[in-house]
Amino acid sequence: MADRKLRILVAKPGLDGHDRGAKIIARALRDAGMEVIYTGLHQTPEMIVSAAVQEDVDAIGMSIMSGAHMTLFPAVLALLKGQKADDIKVFGGGIIPDDDIPKLKEQGVSAIFTPGSSTQDIVKWIQEHIPARA
Amino acid sequence: MAKSAKKISFGKAKSKKPAARKPAGKKPAKAAKKQAHATTYDASTLKQVTAGVGRWRAGTLAKSVEKMPTRKKAFLNDSGIPLPDVFTQADRRGERYEELGLPGEFPFTRGTQPTMYRSRLWTMRQFAGFGGPADTNQRFKYLISHGMTGLSTAFDMPALMGYDADHPMSRGEVGKEGVAISTLKDFEILFDGIKLDEVTTSMTINASAIVALCMYIAVGEKQGVPMHKLGGTIQNDMLKEFIAQKEWIVGPRPAVRIVTDMIEFCARHMPKWNPVSISGYHIREAGATAVQELAFTIADGIGYVEEGVKRGMNVDDFAPRLSFFWDVHNDFFEEVAKFRAARRMWAKIMRDRFGASDPRSMMLRTHAQTAGVSLTAQQPYNNVARVALQALAAVLGGTQSLHTNSLDETYALPTEDAVTIALRTQQIIAHESGVDRVVDPLAGSYYLEHLTDEMERRAFDYIRRIDEMGGIIRAVEEGYPQKEIGESAYRFQREVEEGDRLIVGVNAFKSDFDDRNIELLKIDEKVAHEQVERLEQVKASRDQAAVTAALAKVEAACRDEALNLMPPVLEAVKAYATLGEVSDVFRKVWGQYREGGVF
Repeated sequence: MADRKLRILVAKPGLDGHDRGAKIIARALRDAGMEVIYTGLHQTPEMIVSAAVQEDVDAIGMSIMSGAHMTLFPAVLALLKGQKADDIKVFGGGIIPDDDIPKLKEQGVSAIFTPGSSTQDIVKWIQEHIPARA
Repeated sequence: MAKSAKKISFGKAKSKKPAARKPAGKKPAKAAKKQAHATTYDASTLKQVTAGVGRWRAGTLAKSVEKMPTRKKAFLNDSGIPLPDVFTQADRRGERYEELGLPGEFPFTRGTQPTMYRSRLWTMRQFAGFGGPADTNQRFKYLISHGMTGLSTAFDMPALMGYDADHPMSRGEVGKEGVAISTLKDFEILFDGIKLDEVTTSMTINASAIVALCMYIAVGEKQGVPMHKLGGTIQNDMLKEFIAQKEWIVGPRPAVRIVTDMIEFCARHMPKWNPVSISGYHIREAGATAVQELAFTIADGIGYVEEGVKRGMNVDDFAPRLSFFWDVHNDFFEEVAKFRAARRMWAKIMRDRFGASDPRSMMLRTHAQTAGVSLTAQQPYNNVARVALQALAAVLGGTQSLHTNSLDETYALPTEDAVTIALRTQQIIAHESGVDRVVDPLAGSYYLEHLTDEMERRAFDYIRRIDEMGGIIRAVEEGYPQKEIGESAYRFQREVEEGDRLIVGVNAFKSDFDDRNIELLKIDEKVAHEQVERLEQVKASRDQAAVTAALAKVEAACRDEALNLMPPVLEAVKAYATLGEVSDVFRKVWGQYREGGVF
């Protein structure tokens, strides 16, 4: 399945409407040759996981600016596990304090990109760490 | 600077109407006509300067560039406006006195007040709100004791989206990005010990603004302050929510209907209240250029005025209370020019398009905030310098009030120390820099006046396109401004990543030692529990029958366009109906709005 394009779900969970970052990332991943599905705003963890399973994505990238990351990342990870879809990798970005990053990684978030990360850093990380699922 | 000969072309003169149509309208027609043709620079000056510039370019400049090439092939400003090496009188050939006027007079290019800061400094209004209402109440009192002159309330995401603290959508978000509010009880705590007739309050809330305004009125009543004495502003600009900030409950048309109800109610009952703050801030923060911010914001303003007029209101009965809110980004001259262009555009639009005759209808009064999006997480102390430059631009642009961002705001809500530095920055500009001493001090700069004209011209081009699409509501439904902004945001990011645009500490001048070790404000999860507890207490102690009856009246008013929603919502919040319950009525009648995932 090496030819299969990577499929990435870019998700905007929670109530926060700041979608500039999410949209820029979505475009950059598409420009890098990936198939990108963007959920749109105000998604619950349930909506995100159901979209990820339905769209058969390889990874979910979540953008969170509202400070709700310690609630929303674990919720998505737990739901993936519940659906036996935890081979879908979860990464994210946004306003996430340094102190919270190790805690999120411990819980199973694969990578966190903070302000100043370039879109190319993210593309590169995905290409190196996300294998296309069969 | 004598009057010009008639032969000189005036470029794209817009208003050919005689100045007699001006609100002042008292000048004799003859004098007005003469003024309409007055240009700033006379023919002989222009001839001399043009010859001089030609000689300089061919000689002095060419020689210099040969030895020392310019750093870039072409210089553009942040909106993409091309900039020559130097501006002279020759670039201002068509400049007409009437486009500038004088402070406090049409077209208000030079300011809304004749005296500006010589009489009264701008209002230093720091936006605050976090945790529970008692936390924010304390921050308000702290800021007032440090010289802040107006309150400004930030609400949390659940309140902005019309959910109570106990709603599943509120998980993890209660009190995080602003103060948590579910019922009138929370508002009573928020303004405890603050006399509402002694402060002016700004509330940054939109989709659920009607609930917040009604709660504020109800707190006033409890303090014995009638609503006609309440002064302040509620943001309530739903069009920019669909364009940029994306906090909504129902779709654009019903949302704008609620806004118009509030404009109408305030025009009748709250003469000191600004029922909408037409906001470019969020449009800019979403990635728009300054020209796009100017264009889409003025277009939103046109949209609200059209709705008011459609309803049969006299434009001069409500337009004087429309206020604006701009972002202030880094490109210094462009930002100053934006304020001036905005005032001139609004004055012309109100007079010529809507036939306003009260000068106050034509006067664009504005709040401003330094650009949150320009702050960097890297080397956060650099943000103090950015904020100072941006704040200076807002003051030189003639703002009526200003919020300066704090250095730590890329991480979290600001700490008390960081907010104090931000407030002190304004106080230094006001009391030490000397820029308060002369009105519109940059006027007459060839560069600034050129930019002011150019931004106006480009913004009017956008507005024309929006008019052709059938108006701003239609354009928003089609996603036109959203797409334009998305393009600009992506272009900006690419410029940064390709190194065409340098941001200190981000893609240039990076430090090995990245001082991110700043103190951050943390919101305790306890806040959410306390909020939910208080909500439950309120629900247990209120008169349920009264709540049900009041909500039924809200629903009836939603379904009948002839009714105004303010009175029934006021009755509902006074009966302690919750913000979520009132919003649920809107959802039931009009449906929850969702935006497709287009990028």
